[in-house]
Amino acid sequence: MSTGISQKEVHWSRTRALMIIHMVIWFIFAFGIHWFAPQLNKVQLFGFPMGFYMAAQGSLIIFVVQLFVFDWQQHRIDRECGMAEEE
Amino acid sequence: MALLNPKGSFIDNLPRIYGLYTGGFIVFILLMSLLEKFGGSEDTIAKLFVAFTIIIYAVIGYLSRTAQVDAYYVAGRQVPSVFNGMATAADWMSGASFVAMAGGIYMAGYPYLGFVVGWTGGYVLVAVLMAPYLRKFGCYTVPDFIGTRYGGNLARFLAVVVLIVASFTYVTAQIDATGTIAAKVLQIPYALGVWLALIAILLCAMLGGMRAVTWTQVAQYIVLIIAYLLPVFWMSNKQGFGMFPQFEYGAAVAKLGELETLHQVGVLKPVSAVVGMSALTVKHAFASTDPIAAFKFVTLVACMMLGTASLPHILMRYFTTPSVKSARTSVAWSLLFIFLLYFTAPALATLTKLQVLDPSLATSIIGKPITQVLALDWVGKWSNVGFLKIIDSNGDGILQINEFFMRADIVVLATPEIAGLPAVISGLVAAGGLAAAMSTADGLLLAIANALSHDLYYKMIDPKADVKHRLLVARVLLLAIGAAGSAVASLRLTGILGAVAWAFDFAMSGLFFPLVLGVWWKRANREGAIAGMAVGLGVGSWYLYMVKWGGMAPWYGLDDLRFGIVGAGASLIAMVVVTLMTKAPDAEIQAMVDEVRIPKGASVLSSTH
Repeated sequence: MSTGISQKEVHWSRTRALMIIHMVIWFIFAFGIHWFAPQLNKVQLFGFPMGFYMAAQGSLIIFVVQLFVFDWQQHRIDRECGMAEEE
Repeated sequence: MALLNPKGSFIDNLPRIYGLYTGGFIVFILLMSLLEKFGGSEDTIAKLFVAFTIIIYAVIGYLSRTAQVDAYYVAGRQVPSVFNGMATAADWMSGASFVAMAGGIYMAGYPYLGFVVGWTGGYVLVAVLMAPYLRKFGCYTVPDFIGTRYGGNLARFLAVVVLIVASFTYVTAQIDATGTIAAKVLQIPYALGVWLALIAILLCAMLGGMRAVTWTQVAQYIVLIIAYLLPVFWMSNKQGFGMFPQFEYGAAVAKLGELETLHQVGVLKPVSAVVGMSALTVKHAFASTDPIAAFKFVTLVACMMLGTASLPHILMRYFTTPSVKSARTSVAWSLLFIFLLYFTAPALATLTKLQVLDPSLATSIIGKPITQVLALDWVGKWSNVGFLKIIDSNGDGILQINEFFMRADIVVLATPEIAGLPAVISGLVAAGGLAAAMSTADGLLLAIANALSHDLYYKMIDPKADVKHRLLVARVLLLAIGAAGSAVASLRLTGILGAVAWAFDFAMSGLFFPLVLGVWWKRANREGAIAGMAVGLGVGSWYLYMVKWGGMAPWYGLDDLRFGIVGAGASLIAMVVVTLMTKAPDAEIQAMVDEVRIPKGASVLSSTH
């Protein structure tokens, strides 16, 4: 059983680390970048003022991609630690 | 549903069934445009659209009837992640998203995009912090999680209270939106529209609970997304903005900047005020350098995100998937389906504004003689119902930017008319708006009724009740809550958007930290959770009252749309302080938290709890 317990601990510490990484990315694109919208608006991105673009589209695309990547990463952690559900 | 699938189970045949359904809907749209060609009136077409779609939802609701507890509460936990994603997207996108969002961006410009960012990014929190763990827990409702994780009836009861305050605020807005559309299309009084709307909503949910709501929501998503995207693609191609305007409207944003200077947007202020309507005074892409403006933007984003991750009618959708892994995947699909509408809304707002402002387009009205503008069909129609007003305040007979008033939430509904698209598109958009409002209302009513029937009645009042009794109570409550919601909606206390934002603030004030810390902080205990919910909801409500009605100046620009920041802040402090002052939860609870953190193994609560 001792290996079982340590596997659980490894699983949880990896899960927590993944959570923190995704929360940091989330924080940057939810808040950080929009704080500087007036400055970013001076730059053009795909023909848009960048500050406007990030709020209207850029952050959204990041979130969608991020969630599919997160799902894949978490599933890999679950499998490698033997914590995934049986298919 | 046996008629549709001779071979294999219903679940295996889902792609085929909904493929057929989508094809059928497209054929219906084509039939309607034929009808228009042969002289069918716009009103008839709109009525047919509304009637046809509602009948379909009701049929799905009837076919999904059930007498089993886990089918009624969690759709038998067999909804595949992609379909659950669609159902969540419909559950999520309300009348406000469909009808009001593009209009809000049209009127308020950049600051309004806070809603767009907040209502998408919240799903990152749902996926990373909550959904998979709540699915592993195996609960039927959100208070079910709180009640079992922290133990005790008081914690469960407080969670029910927060759920009701948040969801009821929200559902009145949805019944209001459904009733408004029904009243307009069927040309009946608003009060009657509201009650008709309620009947349609209940038809979807009464007999089959979550199972019926799930399959109608998938159908409603398909209607609403077609209804939102088709007019935008059509308008864009017709007016030469490109095939996929979502990626190419940068030029339109730049053009708007020039036109705003030409029409003196922001320089010319309205001389007189019109109740409920506004004139355009804000530049489209302009972000103020004032730190308070940036602070208001990020706090709005924060409220909408934390609210998203605390709203029970959304979280409970992830209880319906077959596994923890599929719950997590489903959140990603949900966000993708939601994204399709949300990244179109700013494009729609930009292109519609261009149609109105750009003198080189035939559709423009600003700078034109007022007699000519008043002769336009859509201007006349919306003025007649009191949604639009033209006041020639300087008496020169020419329409200036500060003389054109309208209600922001007509933008989506009026765009097909402004752009001169066929009437069939207006009918389609009405059906889409109805689908958006109905699907959200269904999810919310079910969340409230389930919390009352499962958590209050079964878990606290009569734990010995049998299945038949429990489901009867659930249905009676659904009816009662729906009636109460309609009664409040018919009073028309707040605008659609105000009520929706408040629901998010209430939910985050009371539930966000007790839910997150329930999974991520093993030390969190009952006393802390109780304090967190009571203090969060109490302080949040107090602040809302003081700012909105009590005459208190908002702290650092935290107005009534953002009171959740104050509520959730108080909730976090109360929960952490009280938890640390009282003793740690016992070994059994701690083992339960360990169990929730891994996908493998049986759920914490049994399937027939």
